[in-house]
Amino acid sequence: MADLNNFTIDGLKCLAREGTSIIDAARQNDQFIPTLCNLEGVPPKGACRVCTVRVNGKLMTACTAKISQGMEIENQTEELNEMRKSIVEMLFVEGNHFCPSCEKSGECELQALAYRFEMTVPRYPYFYPKRNIDASHPRIVKDHNRCILCKRCVRAIKDEKGRSIFAFLDRGFETRIYLDPDLAGQLTEERARKAVEVCPVGAIMPRGEGFKTPIGRRKYDRHPIGSDM
Amino acid sequence: MEKPVIATASLAGCFGCHMSLLDIDERILDLIELVDFNKSPINDIKEFARECDIGLIEGGCCLDENVHVLKDFRNHCRILVSVGECAIMGGLPAMRNGISVRECLEEAYLNGPSVRNYNENKILPNDEELPVLLNRVYPCHEVVKIDYFLPGCPPDADLLWRALTALLNNRKMDLPYEVFKFD
Amino acid sequence: MEESISSILDRYNHDVYRLMDILIDVQSDQGFIGDQAIARIAEDLGISKADVEQTRSFYHFFSKKPTGKYSIYLNTSVNACMMGRDAVARTFEVEAGIPFNSVTRDGLIGLFDTSCIGMSDQEPAAIINGKIFPNLTPFRVKELIRDIRAGKSMEELVVEGYGDGQNSNPDIRAVVSNNIRKIGPVLDPDYKPGEVIRKKLPAMTPQQVIDEMKRSNIRGRGGAGFPTGMKWEICRKTESDEKYIICNADEGEPGTFKDRVILTERPKLLLEGMVVAAYAIGARQGILYIRHEYKYLKIYLEKLIEGAHKRNLMGKNIAGIEGFDFDVRIQFGAGSYVCGEESALIESAEGKRGEPRDKPPFPVEKGYLDKPTVVNNVETFCSAVKVLLNGADWYRSFGTTDSTGTKVLSISGDCRYPGVYEVEWGFSVNDICGMAGADDVIAVQVGGPSGSLVGPSDFDRILCYADLSTGGSLIIFNHTRDLLQDVVLNFTSFFIEESCGSCSTCRIMPVILRNKLLKILNARGAKSDISEMLEWAAILKASRCGLGQTAANPIITSIQNFRHLYDQKVRGEVRYDSGFDLTQATQEAIAATGRYTAVD
Ligand SMILES: Cc1cc2nc3c(=O)[nH]c(=O)nc-3n(C[C@H](O)[C@H](O)[C@H](O)COP(=O)(O)O)c2cc1C
Ligand code: SF4
Ligand code: SF4
Ligand code: SF4
Repeated sequence: MADLNNFTIDGLKCLAREGTSIIDAARQNDQFIPTLCNLEGVPPKGACRVCTVRVNGKLMTACTAKISQGMEIENQTEELNEMRKSIVEMLFVEGNHFCPSCEKSGECELQALAYRFEMTVPRYPYFYPKRNIDASHPRIVKDHNRCILCKRCVRAIKDEKGRSIFAFLDRGFETRIYLDPDLAGQLTEERARKAVEVCPVGAIMPRGEGFKTPIGRRKYDRHPIGSDM
Repeated sequence: MEKPVIATASLAGCFGCHMSLLDIDERILDLIELVDFNKSPINDIKEFARECDIGLIEGGCCLDENVHVLKDFRNHCRILVSVGECAIMGGLPAMRNGISVRECLEEAYLNGPSVRNYNENKILPNDEELPVLLNRVYPCHEVVKIDYFLPGCPPDADLLWRALTALLNNRKMDLPYEVFKFD
Repeated sequence: MEESISSILDRYNHDVYRLMDILIDVQSDQGFIGDQAIARIAEDLGISKADVEQTRSFYHFFSKKPTGKYSIYLNTSVNACMMGRDAVARTFEVEAGIPFNSVTRDGLIGLFDTSCIGMSDQEPAAIINGKIFPNLTPFRVKELIRDIRAGKSMEELVVEGYGDGQNSNPDIRAVVSNNIRKIGPVLDPDYKPGEVIRKKLPAMTPQQVIDEMKRSNIRGRGGAGFPTGMKWEICRKTESDEKYIICNADEGEPGTFKDRVILTERPKLLLEGMVVAAYAIGARQGILYIRHEYKYLKIYLEKLIEGAHKRNLMGKNIAGIEGFDFDVRIQFGAGSYVCGEESALIESAEGKRGEPRDKPPFPVEKGYLDKPTVVNNVETFCSAVKVLLNGADWYRSFGTTDSTGTKVLSISGDCRYPGVYEVEWGFSVNDICGMAGADDVIAVQVGGPSGSLVGPSDFDRILCYADLSTGGSLIIFNHTRDLLQDVVLNFTSFFIEESCGSCSTCRIMPVILRNKLLKILNARGAKSDISEMLEWAAILKASRCGLGQTAANPIITSIQNFRHLYDQKVRGEVRYDSGFDLTQATQEAIAATGRYTAVD
């Protein structure tokens, strides 16, 4: 077992294979590191910065940094959770999140993190950006108001030739998701479903369905995200 | 000892939050024991008769009149609480925030299917008595200082009860996960 | 149009990794990159339109719509504004009859803003169809627009005569001045190209080259200051079939222009440095990544590379060293500051959006095309040649123990002699001001927007890696400048404009901070706004790259060093001000309904 590494998370002794990302290694050791952009099996991007931890004192994203022998990781500290909360708040003011009328409410990872961090109101002023809802595609509705630019759709969904269907357009504060005009129209049922699944928020929704699960029985109605660890 | 005084108002809201407050079941009797209500739609007192301890605001600001009421509340209430998503972030009324005021007015009074054939003189209501629409809907804390925020659409009755009793007893608010929701 | 796109695609072997070059050529050939071109490129390269669009839309100089027969890009930098940009911009608008970021109806003239173009010592400056027009005045603008309307060619637009040194070279012909005011080992005109390659390299093993570099203590000149010898050594030791050398000539930090001068006056020294580094790490391919703004140097530099091949200083068995093959290609950017960050630069050179990569792995392990890659600044390569030529001991005799050698500085702003100065590390800010003829200095921006704004109490601090570290940009301000409005606000906007947008923190927080700063500048600030800015800015430290991590530095360092300027603007007694303005909020509805009464 030469490739097993010892490391600690918040002082707790942990064990994982060398080269595992910190976030996966934490999960294997039953430690929850919150994230919005990371998705198992998809190359990490470090976009949302929510999984930021301190590795031997240095700030790093747990999705992109890999475990090594003797690493000391801080995770559930007041400082880090406060940073994470403030990132969640930024994402709320950046877009237009009308949770009461959102089909994803109760199953949304952004909202779930806001609950977990007990966000009553973002500390930052709302931007109320003017954004579109693109309902021109046969299988999905793309609501740009709710997009947090986590790039999960960009990374996880490609067509059979490996071409991008979702992509980033422009840069900085103007960045938004662009749907390939040809490929998005030809999205297979399976890919469409996957796109809906990977999106952590309600920015990619299936056409013609919504509010299926009754309130009280949705994913995050009773237990905070991460409470399974 | 004098009972603490509560005032409430509904700005650009739907009265749902007020309904939720009445939804605390038999605890409403306890509440009436505990506090007096001043200016509030619940008792229809229209002007502040005295300084209040707690002001509960439902709804954000979509008209100049909302702003005046909100400022009045700030001036008369020691503690001001934004109750519900509309007060906190504009809520559904704020869905107009990406649309220009002119477009909103024209849709409502000139072009909408229910008015198209009736507003013959193509008039946008402009009587000086009417309140003026703001360029967008503002959350209350973007107009005056707000001390506490109680999320939900509407906030769960239990959440309101816990928050109120905590405020009245000077306790830290303890808001259980099951009732801390944005919808 | 089909015709020319086909030949462009042929030119780059239909290689998807050359998408940048393909787009650059289409843009310059057709004046825009429209849907038709995008579809054609996507089909040819076997990628989706979305794949093409994500690269295209990232870069400032790629446009989906025609940018005018004469595309005018006027610099928005602090220096440009200090030297009268406002009047120049207004004159452009009046004369052309259009606002900025639009094109005249006849398609003749397009006016656009652009971030610092590396001409800080000759502002305000504009780029028109790739040519630089520095030292603009309203008078000159009128002349330019009149001549454009009269149908004059680009060549005929130039009335000022070409600049000093190689700027007048037939292959450059730029109205740009070098303004070299102090020379040292790097800028020394007494340089014999190829001497180190021919005389030193054959007698040294790659490891000896690295050892000499390490002994010289030289550190990177691009800003981060990583020890160069160590960087080369790690790359040398990383096993791989291919390795790459990349020269970072993106020079986007506002106020920096020294790499432009080196590219113009000492390009052979730079190329020699790349060859030396290639020998040390075992690379066969090099990339010289140059910012788009310096594209006027293209032919000149390409010919020099050709010349190096002819003289066996590049190509096969260089200087007779068996098996030492090395070639350099030039990669232009397309208007993006973040592409100066080494991993973003690599992404860009691979034809992608210039989004920095997460590190580790560092480029020395996994860089261009995932192969070990050394990225160094222009000046670092130049200095390396001198280290080998004269030895590490000689090199260490310059500068301080911690920071050896010299630094080429770009000095601009309120001084009589702006320009390029090569000084030993260890100069103080005061020395710099004295040297450049600046009196009445209230502040100096050291290290560009990502550095710090320092005041007189810091003027005796020393330029070196341990104290005031700098990539070389120094901007001087006198008492006529409103530091918050003219400097801090401008720099903050620069970071907003240039963020790649992939980190939530860097995409959003600078915009939040700018709004707060504006609130303070609009006299609606409270004391709590100042402390909140400092508190909120802390989150930027969680950003992926240096851009986001330093994006609040203008605000943070100005609050630290010029607190009184903020205190003057906020109303001391006011504890809370939401910034809400009822008059302004009701204006639209009053106008729409035709009501007259103002609301209180
Ligand atoms: C936003 C950003 C912009 C940068 N721009 C440049 C640049 O224009 N030129 C440069 O040499 N280094 C730049 N750097 C630093 C590079 O990432 C890298 O450290 C440098 O090229 C390494 O070369 P050196 O070791 O020779 O300094 C930039 C870094 C960041 C974060
Ligand atoms: S996407 Fe999530 S956070 Fe946004 S409105 Fe929907 S439920 Fe709320
Ligand atoms: S659409 Fe969804 S998955 Fe795609 S970037 Fe936006 S939030 Fe992420
Ligand atoms: S810090 Fe800013 S520029 Fe750097 S990677 Fe993140 S978003 Fe891009």
